[in-house]
Amino acid sequence: MIQDRTFGNRLFDTVNAAVLILVALCTVLPFVYVLAVSFTDPHEVAKGGMILFPTKFSLAAYEYIFSTDTLVKSLGVSIYVTVVGTFINLLFTSLLAYPLAKPHFRGRQVILLGVLFTMLFSGGMIPSYFVVKELGMTNTLWSLMIPSAISAFNLIVLRNFFQQIPDGLEDSAKIDGCSDLDILFRIVLPLSLPAMATFGLFYAVAHWNTFFSAILYINDHNKWPVQVLLREIVILAQSRIGETSFEESLIQPLTIRMAVIVFATVPILLVYPFLQKHFAKGVLLGSVKG
Amino acid sequence: METDYADGKAAGNKTPAAAGRAGLGALARELLRDRWLYLMALPGVLYFIVFKYVPMYGLVMAFQDYKPHLGFLDSPWAGLKHFRRFFGEPAFWTLFNNTVLLAVYNLIFFFPLPIVLALMLNEVRQERFKRWVQTMVYIPHFVSWVVVVGIFYMLLTTEGGVINELIFALTGEKIAFLLEPGWFRTMIVSQSIWKEVGWGTIIFLAALAGVDMQLYEAARMDGANRWRQLWHITLPAIRSTIVILLILRLGSFLDSGFEHIFLMLTPTNRDVGEVFDTYVYMKGLTQAQYSYSAAVGLFKSAVGLILVLGANWLAKRFGEEGVY
Repeated sequence: MIQDRTFGNRLFDTVNAAVLILVALCTVLPFVYVLAVSFTDPHEVAKGGMILFPTKFSLAAYEYIFSTDTLVKSLGVSIYVTVVGTFINLLFTSLLAYPLAKPHFRGRQVILLGVLFTMLFSGGMIPSYFVVKELGMTNTLWSLMIPSAISAFNLIVLRNFFQQIPDGLEDSAKIDGCSDLDILFRIVLPLSLPAMATFGLFYAVAHWNTFFSAILYINDHNKWPVQVLLREIVILAQSRIGETSFEESLIQPLTIRMAVIVFATVPILLVYPFLQKHFAKGVLLGSVKG
Repeated sequence: METDYADGKAAGNKTPAAAGRAGLGALARELLRDRWLYLMALPGVLYFIVFKYVPMYGLVMAFQDYKPHLGFLDSPWAGLKHFRRFFGEPAFWTLFNNTVLLAVYNLIFFFPLPIVLALMLNEVRQERFKRWVQTMVYIPHFVSWVVVVGIFYMLLTTEGGVINELIFALTGEKIAFLLEPGWFRTMIVSQSIWKEVGWGTIIFLAALAGVDMQLYEAARMDGANRWRQLWHITLPAIRSTIVILLILRLGSFLDSGFEHIFLMLTPTNRDVGEVFDTYVYMKGLTQAQYSYSAAVGLFKSAVGLILVLGANWLAKRFGEEGVY
């Protein structure tokens, strides 16, 4: 590409880069701040004046969190739901996407239309709540995994992905005596690893961030995922500041709340760099018409 | 598509009509041949029936006086009672206003920003710098609304939040962002922007990547500067993507981000913040007015469906591909 080295162009590039740096800082600095406060001595924070870096390093907030079993328990719930839930998602989604990708599969059009329609119209919160309740799933972790087992959107994108796999591969496996199930697990899925990684990431993020279904379906505090606990500690406590019942959270205020935010965020940020190279492709796949 | 099956029949190649003529024997053979496919599809199909279609059937409760112990089948019918009540209530117009205003604000302030950001990223010549910025701005998309709202609370609180400390240092006053209803919509829109603007660029960047470089070179030969190139080449190139996304946005006009608003709602900002979805939750699940809130939900879903279909029709009228 020809580079124009005129003054106007250089000014353009500089301003553009400066604005982009500013945008990037605006997205990242809040995270840095939260992390920094969570590692700072609570008394230092209370004195004020700490802007971005810990003035006095301390693990007090994290020690406090691990001394109560509430957070440890909810972390366990979140990890369990994320791991098992994502496995269920990927299994259910690929099991249905594969037959839908076969042109000779009877009923494929009907099922596809049925799935598409659920993207346009839904029964809504109240009837869905009663269905989950009637199935006896309320207050179990199943309520966080089964009712969201398949995302219609991901299903259709994955089906399109499966359709691009050359038929020859599957045919030769058939001749060797493989059933469709063998083909899916031994040939199609291994070929679809980038797609599976992308959908795995999207499903896992959704499970880790799940919040409202837990509010709806789970009353038992011992089964709360981390996001629900976070809301209790950070948001509800904030709006209750000044009420006597929350004196305890006022004694060690910001640092602990920040530490909980860190726990609700870090696992996502840990997997992010590993999957980043896949998801842009996945999103583009998704933007192609279903 | 050429398929060659082990049984040599290759029934998949036949048209449905031809398969029909071949009779029951062929059908049975086909079902037997694809038995694994049917078995594989079963869990997914059951999932959609149980968790998507049964709730749709469950909407009959909007026309009943639903009693949980009687279920959908035996609860007494109530006709349009709940709908009449809803449309007659002053709350209806409050909800309508709040929902529409939030949607309009999002359209005006949020919608153009990913396009602007994508255009800026597209002008960056150093690949590494571009990727670095992208990595940063994508991050908030992966964080939950609880975390986003939590971080904003921590930053904005008058009890030691950094932003209020800075404002205090500059002006000697503090602003109660979180308590004053007047700030509610601004907060909602800015949080949405912070969380999703980077992610929103992906699709535009993809569209921009497809632009033919020769166009730029030709324009440069003709003496077009960067602004002219942007205006005459880049923008027209992503026009159809913008139109499609705008139409999709119009289709989901009433979905103002339920979790997000639910988290931001407090007793002080309920008058400006309550939208249809949060109202359904409050009436239905905290006050146990099941049929009434199902009626509100049905109203919202129906309007949503009409908007989606209308927007798609519009897309086709504009000569775009449409979504469905």
